[in-house]
Amino acid sequence: MEELLYATLSLGAFALIAGIILAIASKVFHIEGDPLSDKVDALLPQTQCGQCGYPGCRPYANAVASGEADVNHCVPGGERTMLSIADLMGVEPKALEEEEEAVPVVAFVREDECIGCTLCIKACPVDAIIGAPKQYHTVVSDHCTGCVLCLEPCPVDCIDMIQKPELLEHWSWPLPDTERAQLGAERRESHHD
Amino acid sequence: MIKSFLNKLGFANAPFAGGITPDMCKWTEHSAIEDCPLPPLFIVPIKQHIGQACTPLVQVGDLVLRGQKIAKSEGYLSVPIHAPTSGKVIKIEEHPIPHPSGMGLASIFIEPDGKDERDTSLATMDNWQDIDPAELRERVRVCGIAGLGGAAFPTFIKLLKDKRHPIETVILNGIECEPFLTNDHRLMVENSAEILHGLQIVMHMVGAQKAVIAIEDNKPTAVSAMQKLIDALGNDAISVVSLPTRYPQGSEKQLIESLTGKQVPAGKLPMHAGVLCQNIGTTRAIYDAVVLGHAITDRIITISGDAVPKPANMRVRLGTPMRFIYAQRGLEHFDGIQILHGGPMMGERMRHPDIPVIKSSTGLLAISDEQIKPAHQVEDPCIRCGHCSEVCPVNLVPNLLADHCRNDQLERAEDYDLFDCIECGACSYVCPSHIPLVHYFRYGKGQTAQVRREQSFAEVSRVRSESRDARLQREKDEKAAKRRKVRNTLRSESVLNTDNDAKPEDTKKSESKE
Repeated sequence: MEELLYATLSLGAFALIAGIILAIASKVFHIEGDPLSDKVDALLPQTQCGQCGYPGCRPYANAVASGEADVNHCVPGGERTMLSIADLMGVEPKALEEEEEAVPVVAFVREDECIGCTLCIKACPVDAIIGAPKQYHTVVSDHCTGCVLCLEPCPVDCIDMIQKPELLEHWSWPLPDTERAQLGAERRESHHD
Repeated sequence: MIKSFLNKLGFANAPFAGGITPDMCKWTEHSAIEDCPLPPLFIVPIKQHIGQACTPLVQVGDLVLRGQKIAKSEGYLSVPIHAPTSGKVIKIEEHPIPHPSGMGLASIFIEPDGKDERDTSLATMDNWQDIDPAELRERVRVCGIAGLGGAAFPTFIKLLKDKRHPIETVILNGIECEPFLTNDHRLMVENSAEILHGLQIVMHMVGAQKAVIAIEDNKPTAVSAMQKLIDALGNDAISVVSLPTRYPQGSEKQLIESLTGKQVPAGKLPMHAGVLCQNIGTTRAIYDAVVLGHAITDRIITISGDAVPKPANMRVRLGTPMRFIYAQRGLEHFDGIQILHGGPMMGERMRHPDIPVIKSSTGLLAISDEQIKPAHQVEDPCIRCGHCSEVCPVNLVPNLLADHCRNDQLERAEDYDLFDCIECGACSYVCPSHIPLVHYFRYGKGQTAQVRREQSFAEVSRVRSESRDARLQREKDEKAAKRRKVRNTLRSESVLNTDNDAKPEDTKKSESKE
């Protein structure tokens, strides 16, 4: 009977000490914010387009990190982003909702039709549209993320989404055209399905 | 270590790691350099070097002289472009350039007037020994000189006298290890005096005490030509070294390893090892720029390959269309023929011959489909023979690297030092399964660059988005603060108004407020 008492007491004491240490550690090593959602946010393309159903990349990252949202909602990020988020979260990759990968586009204001209402300027999530009331607006295409959020508020529909010009410096070699390379590509695709 | 030890003992120069000895096919080594006539139309792209593109200085209808600056450099990593002959600018528009993508770049089209008058505004600098290296460096820059060995890196950047990294030895790279190419070889035989003169200018510019002219032993005529001149000069500082023929010995870092036994570490430059490498043609161009005051308007190109009826070395003006040059050598129809820009190992296939030659054009090859196709149609599975690792001059594991690139495992490919690959093509050459290894590496490098670009753009977008959110919040706060202030003043005004007739109440109010 005495052994039982000692065992209970010593274990209880140990548990108490461990608890105190943990409590202190959680205060001392406390990290502001959610490191996981920071990591998810770093993987997202930051278009701030809201196509995932959240009002921007950071909210979606928070939702993914808390397990609220699936990993496959980022449309502009495409398959690569989905795979890396799934890898980070340790979940199975899920097929994207949109099959085709969108071509990169930027907004373009047809200036002679613009009435200078500034509505698109207010809608742009990355401040890539410049202009003033009753002046032409124009898109700084280097900063445009192609989120299309400026299209809807425009009262005269003078904004087009145009394909981003392919730059010579940004050209990269395609995969070799050999049968084996094609076979590899096919296998990869069937693997993801 | 063993290598440098052997070197010290004076045993033959220890070669670099790996390498291959392909059939060199130097068919044109004995044909003297011929002048290529002026084509009916020059197409001068506004970028002919590694770095930023230039901005055109001329307009349609302008008359230009040979060597006149027609496009100015933008940014540090850039050199200006000059008119290849005298004539009239007839249009400026996009035209395909020698690039594997087949894409185009703004180009200045010049119709020669046949007089070929030269722009003589640049003074000659015969007394270069007395001129400050910085001034000579500026001359090399304004003359538009970029490495003529194929990479076309702006030369003036390398010619810096840097106190932290003093250059002891200048290596004149006469290796020319690519099969078929003989332009440097012929230049060494025919213009050895100018080359030696140029080398002395380079030594003066960087303050080097020694120079080595490295030539492979398959060019004995070049070795003897240079040696004869140095003997006549009686200069101990310059020596000629004949190295055993081995590809890719002409690559800067491999050549340094061959000569000194020291490896230049990854991410470091030859200057960190106290060495400067200069190409033969570039050194000749430096001579022209400094002593004659001539901007670069031409270069030597080897036109060869089994589909060329009369292979030759030619002095070609920059901007001459390839079709015109091939026609000079008797090749007019391109059915069943592949065009290569550069050598067969590192050169790039061109889609059509209506592309101009630029500063990086070392050779123009035309090879029939029967010769070139069997090697790269079928790709068999890797049999793990390890030949690719044996021949790799930078000690990579090409078969594993290619697997990672093929499967888009880019991070793993980077772990296997993908970016140290010099794309020499030795691994693809020896692969018994005909795996286009270098092509996979280029794909992997391109994809990695793409991912990095996207990441940095995302980072910029994130910052912009966050600063916008912060601004909106601040505006909101300011508005709220303003509103509060207005409300407060209104309230105190109303208090003031009531002040005169109701004093006791006011004190009561303020009391209650407190």
